[in-house]
Amino acid sequence: MKKFLVSLLLVLVPLTALAEEEGYVDKAPINLNDYASIQRGAKVFSNYCLSCHSANYVRYETLEQVGLTADQIKGNLMFAADKIGSRMTIAMRPGDSKKWFGITPPDLSVEARARTPDWIYTYLRSFYRSDERPTGWDNTAFSKVGMPNALWTLQGEQVLKGPVGADGKPEFVMLHPGKLTPDQFNATVGDLVNYITWMAEPGKMKRMELGVYVLLFLGLFFVLTFYLKKEFWKDIH
Amino acid sequence: MSASQKMLGWIDARFPLTSTWKAHLSEYYAPKNFNFWYFFGSLALLVLVNQIVTGIFLTMSYKPDAALAFASVEYIMRDVPWGWLIRYMHSTGASMFFVVVYLHMFRGLIYGSHRKPRELVWIFGMMIYLALMAEAFMGYLLPWGQMSFWGASVIISLFSAIPYVGDALSQWIRGDFVVSDATLNRFFAFHVIALPLVLLGLVVAHIIALHEVGSNNPEGIEIKAHKDPVTHIPLDGIPFHPYYTVKDIVGVVVFLMVFSAIIFFGPEMGGWFLEANNFIPADPFKTPQHIAPLWYFTPFYAILRAVPNKLFGVVGMGAGVVIMAFLPWLDRAKVKSVRYRGPIYKSFLALFVISFVGLGYLGTQAPTPLLNDIARLLSVTYFGFFILMPWYTSVEKTKPVPERIPE
Repeated sequence: MKKFLVSLLLVLVPLTALAEEEGYVDKAPINLNDYASIQRGAKVFSNYCLSCHSANYVRYETLEQVGLTADQIKGNLMFAADKIGSRMTIAMRPGDSKKWFGITPPDLSVEARARTPDWIYTYLRSFYRSDERPTGWDNTAFSKVGMPNALWTLQGEQVLKGPVGADGKPEFVMLHPGKLTPDQFNATVGDLVNYITWMAEPGKMKRMELGVYVLLFLGLFFVLTFYLKKEFWKDIH
Repeated sequence: MSASQKMLGWIDARFPLTSTWKAHLSEYYAPKNFNFWYFFGSLALLVLVNQIVTGIFLTMSYKPDAALAFASVEYIMRDVPWGWLIRYMHSTGASMFFVVVYLHMFRGLIYGSHRKPRELVWIFGMMIYLALMAEAFMGYLLPWGQMSFWGASVIISLFSAIPYVGDALSQWIRGDFVVSDATLNRFFAFHVIALPLVLLGLVVAHIIALHEVGSNNPEGIEIKAHKDPVTHIPLDGIPFHPYYTVKDIVGVVVFLMVFSAIIFFGPEMGGWFLEANNFIPADPFKTPQHIAPLWYFTPFYAILRAVPNKLFGVVGMGAGVVIMAFLPWLDRAKVKSVRYRGPIYKSFLALFVISFVGLGYLGTQAPTPLLNDIARLLSVTYFGFFILMPWYTSVEKTKPVPERIPE
């Protein structure tokens, strides 16, 4: 039994997730089965992100997997490409953007897997006005960030209210409200992050669905092999 | 005589088919008392085959080019039919290879499978382990993410700690002054052909050596000491096929359930199998805040960091791996299996497990003074298990071992 426990320990150690403290993050409302949310997020993405940030590994037609038709994709989301099989590339040249922002905006195809959805959700809502930055914007989740607040017309302009408290949660004061109320804005960013998360691995839900069948099959196969072994081993002990 | 028997006779006259089948399967007599721990040898073979087959398919779409590698992996994940499955099978297989190999090695340790007459089985196994580490290290560069790049940079730079030739040596390994396209290309060559050939050859040698001397068992009793006077078959042995083939299939299915659960429900394993930072393309100008190798290297990485001097750290790290090869000669006990040993050995064994797992955990963490002190303590414990072994195994009184395997 002791040996078994030791072996179990060896197997389970990798299961305890790597704990990495990275400042305060909010929980993103991710639901990859909510196609309407992903579709809304795709629209925000193509309107507000997809001119500086590319998503080079994602093809527009992939959006058919969340219920959009080819015509809907072409009509509402494709501004920079003409073929449904095109990738979400941008016209901005990496050298130019580096000059303008000090850094080339990263490709966002797999950003959700690199950064986590929660962090992106927090980051996109944590821009505040700062005179110390060349863009006029800073961010509590990413200090001295090169990116300006791309969603400021929706969110409005906020400033940081004093230093960040002990719990790490920054507080902001709204200077000029945007087109959306804070709740609407949170929901919109939620949709956007839901889309970005979906885009990082569009096959994820299908993968998990398939996994259920694979495990069911293996479960049945186990019963079969178990009794086969038992039958053979009858004559041993 | 049927047609198939005739056919077999024709082949046997020209190639040792039937005799090989008999020698290694149907008339290879294995002890009848194998337990849970004996699944991991066949599972390691299964994972090896998995890595080779999925690797071949990955190679069909992967581009070993610093400008294309990262994108080609995402191409496999998205545009190649079932590419995501092949890739996850390969990335999960890499970690699971080490899981089963570590459990397999631990089995050898607790039942004394490395002891006379199986020293060469153990040595070949150690060589497999070394080749596997090189294979995994080079394979990890190929996705060309941030961790691929910086992990390789850190590990290759360790060679520069060697006096006089260090810098030239690490440059020679990279083929450049920094990790670059040249490094990626040569690591690809080593990963897909050179090391797999070495691995396969060593696995064959490992199995031939094992079948020459026969398998050990949880009792550490030599079954060949008591043979049937007429048939010369070990009295406590049973033919590997069909008994252990059907038993191993059960183990394979259970393993595949774990393996599939990871692949389909969490291929990143919370960052332990696929690191988040590796979803960012390699950038030589942006060093990640915290660089750590994947979990299977971290015990040795922790030893490296625990030593304040770089050269001695590298020596310590290497020694941590190599010292395991000397186990057959470090162990002086009269018995093989832990079942017949006393509390001293068992305590040392427990300390060894704690130090190995503990160092493995510490190797993943950013260093702090406290963690460094713990890592030093655990490193001393780790080496103490080996260095003090000749002493504590020879002074401890062991229990009498029965002649035959008890029912």
